[in-house]
Amino acid sequence: MTPAADPAGIRFENIEKRYGGLYALRRVSLEIAAGECVVLAGRNGSGKTTLLRIAARLVRPSSGTLTFLNNMQRANTELSQTGFVSHATMVYDELTAEENLLLFARLLGIAEAPARAGTLLEEVGLADRGKSLVRTFSRGMRQRMAIARALLNEPSVLLLDEPATGLDPQGVSWLAGTLRQMRDAGRTILMSLHGESEISALATRAIRLEAGSVIADTRTGASLPSILTIVGA
Amino acid sequence: MSLFSNTTALLGKELRTEFRSRELLTTTVVFILVVVVLFSFTFDASSAESRRFAASLLWLAFLFAASLMLQPCFLREQTNDTLSALRLCVKDPFAIFGAKLVANTLFLLLTELLMLPVFSILFNVPVFPVFGQLVLVLFLGSLGVSIAGTALSAISAQARMRELLLPLLLLPLLAPVLVASTQVTVGLLDAAPFMEWKGIGFLVTFDVVFLTALWLFGEYLLEE
Repeated sequence: MTPAADPAGIRFENIEKRYGGLYALRRVSLEIAAGECVVLAGRNGSGKTTLLRIAARLVRPSSGTLTFLNNMQRANTELSQTGFVSHATMVYDELTAEENLLLFARLLGIAEAPARAGTLLEEVGLADRGKSLVRTFSRGMRQRMAIARALLNEPSVLLLDEPATGLDPQGVSWLAGTLRQMRDAGRTILMSLHGESEISALATRAIRLEAGSVIADTRTGASLPSILTIVGA
Repeated sequence: MSLFSNTTALLGKELRTEFRSRELLTTTVVFILVVVVLFSFTFDASSAESRRFAASLLWLAFLFAASLMLQPCFLREQTNDTLSALRLCVKDPFAIFGAKLVANTLFLLLTELLMLPVFSILFNVPVFPVFGQLVLVLFLGSLGVSIAGTALSAISAQARMRELLLPLLLLPLLAPVLVASTQVTVGLLDAAPFMEWKGIGFLVTFDVVFLTALWLFGEYLLEE
């Protein structure tokens, strides 16, 4: 895994998101430093996905500001600095693995798109299935594709929304290994998780949301058990 | 990456996925064939009435085909949340609309061109002497239908009653295009064919106005 070219952090200032009269997030203020690996925990509907989608700029907050630290505030670099993995795979079933990566690489304006797609297929262990349609893939293979797509632009910030969804224990181990490499390469990771797992053990910080508000925020400077308590609670 | 190269990359994806699955084209061609055949039973093919009503029936069939074809346009981007992936990649969201509306226009035109010989035989209306002019009307009409339909498909895909919403919004919005297209087609299918340039002018204006609106405000249609 190549080191992050431009380590970056994220600052959420008084972020609120309302859907009609319903608050998905209430005045969330957080600062995530470059290179941190942060787990977002909380029940369904606590606001984890909304926060991640706001960070990915897929959802516009009702109020508050989102800032990328370092030089990511420049409009031209914004799109190429964030990688996002959602519940869904975000790839096309009717295209092959290679065609999917080539399409997104071209849209991102990546030079040497075929070489980059090939490298990523190798990294996620799908090199031998590059010419296969994604619809023929298992859930675990699709998740590998989702990770490969998110890494196309070598993002400094990686946002993952329950990345272990649908993965078997081997898949979770693979994902934990991949995320460990990314964390060690200096990438900032913000991910939502349900419960304790190999993946939550990678966290350097855990934040718990409830009803759209931050109710706990612990760093590993404290202790791993306290993080796991937050994640698994 | 420029708007043009993003649009062409996405257009390639649209064409590839459709020709691979043949989901839209097969359904639409079969549907429109059934509609045209059913309509043909209600007229005496040799009468002048057939020539007079055929144009409106033809556009009615095209409208049904379009509403069938446009519905899944953005809906299938929701299956795997690929619309979010596209939004994360393209700098100008108009590239997403551009690719989809070009693809929709091409698919619609292809369906219409396949249907013209069948229509000509069943309704006993010669289309080949005015084929060039007819293609122009079909192109401008289909472009108008695709521009409005693609925009509405983006809106309706995020709504709850999406299957109901698209036709509800589409039909009133497309009424002017259908009226103009039908008027021009009536002239072309006349015993002494003539081109209704006022109708062509209206279609061009509609297409330019709606395309500009989509370019200016399309970004907001894609927001969650």
